[in-house]
Amino acid sequence: MSRLAPLLLVAGLLAAWEIACRALQVPGYFLPTPSAVAMALAENLPTLAAAAGRTLWTAVLALAIASVVAVGLAVVTALSPLLDKAIRPLASVVQVTPVVAIAPLLLIWAGLDHPGRALVTLAVLVAFFPIFSGAVAGLRSADPDLERLFRLYGASRWQTVRRLRLPASVPFLLEGHKVGAGLALIGAVVAEFAAGSGKVQGLAWQMLDAGNKLQTDRMIAALVVLGVMGVALHAALEALERAGLRWWRGR
Amino acid sequence: MTVASLLDVEVDYDRGRALGPLTLSIGAGEIVALVGPSGCGKSTALRLLAGLEDPTRGEARRAAGRGETAVVFQAPTLAPWRSARANVALPLELAGVAPDEARTRADAALARVGLAGAEAARPAQLSGGMAMRVSLARALVTAPRLLLLDEPFAALDEITRRRLADDVLALWDASRPAIAFVTHNVEEAVYMASRVVVLSRGPGRIAAEFAVDGPLPRPDGFRAAEGFRATAEAVSAALAKGIDA
Repeated sequence: MSRLAPLLLVAGLLAAWEIACRALQVPGYFLPTPSAVAMALAENLPTLAAAAGRTLWTAVLALAIASVVAVGLAVVTALSPLLDKAIRPLASVVQVTPVVAIAPLLLIWAGLDHPGRALVTLAVLVAFFPIFSGAVAGLRSADPDLERLFRLYGASRWQTVRRLRLPASVPFLLEGHKVGAGLALIGAVVAEFAAGSGKVQGLAWQMLDAGNKLQTDRMIAALVVLGVMGVALHAALEALERAGLRWWRGR
Repeated sequence: MTVASLLDVEVDYDRGRALGPLTLSIGAGEIVALVGPSGCGKSTALRLLAGLEDPTRGEARRAAGRGETAVVFQAPTLAPWRSARANVALPLELAGVAPDEARTRADAALARVGLAGAEAARPAQLSGGMAMRVSLARALVTAPRLLLLDEPFAALDEITRRRLADDVLALWDASRPAIAFVTHNVEEAVYMASRVVVLSRGPGRIAAEFAVDGPLPRPDGFRAAEGFRATAEAVSAALAKGIDA
């Protein structure tokens, strides 16, 4: 029963929405009925799925790049206290700068021919910080007595990072990537909105296009696809995190 | 021959003096117990002997070089992502020993501490006593000349503790490294050591020293022997005096 509760609530809300729209004769361009949204979803499913695939690809590519750059920089900060001091404030600047504010600039640099590159870069900027701060915290999380042991056996800084600090940071990396992946998806959509270009026809473009044509039902259908994609991505990453932790702990 | 010694060492932390002045030397093959109240700096003394910390004043000398000193901490301090074997092989890995040889030596060390068959187990799958044995195997795998134990059995139950004490003595007997260990437990100190050093309340200085007679490893019933009881009483009395002083 408790599992069904949220489904029942959603069904109830949808029914109320449907009835209210019909009873009050709300025009479809203002607020379409759920059934109209469902129809639009069914009709446009191939287009929407393709658009969702493009947005997801932007997000996944951004996550991969953000991962390499963030973990790489975190390792650099672990190896050199000086670079640590230099890099960390800059990383915070990246975090607090709103992605929509940087978007126009990046779109200029990427040029009209390659808006896709600008989108990926923007999503990378959003996904970077949780992975970086997770990695920095993780690289400091090793048992201090194990650090002493490495010192006792004369381990070099690089040996300590490779054989102790990096493996010790795995739980933090998993968490950081989970958060980063969600943000990469949001970043990709926000960047698409900011770009507003027909060159990369992701989900945001579908919504903009539908909005321009006053096809509100198609707009909401695209939103539904985005929501489903977000939930699926989150579930996949949770499962990945659990499996990763099980492997790391050995049980 | 002296394996490691502290000459008039003092250690100051932000809160004030933590240890000293203290002079202490560990001879080859000797087993020295450091007992003292909490916060008297006995763990600090051990870290000085290991070279993991430098004294504020005075001098710490070690004849045992890098790779010839091993430490066992209060917790097993194992890497959870490594198997028992890989944990034991770690010091060899860091020293650049070939993987095959490291593996063979790690397995042999595990067998010596009675853990043959548990090579592939992860720390999370081991009991507290078994994890401590892995930690001991890791310390022994490099065949150290100086073995430092920082309250290694404090977290274990009495039976496991006593068993491990006998095992440590048997392992000591096989290669006769010098051992310095820290403990709260007077009986454990007298049972395992050939010399018991009592430190006063912090900053720790030497309050008393006792030689413990009798063969090492200890014969059955040693705890019931008169000499054992008398020494333990004397150490307890010195400890109490050191706390009050």
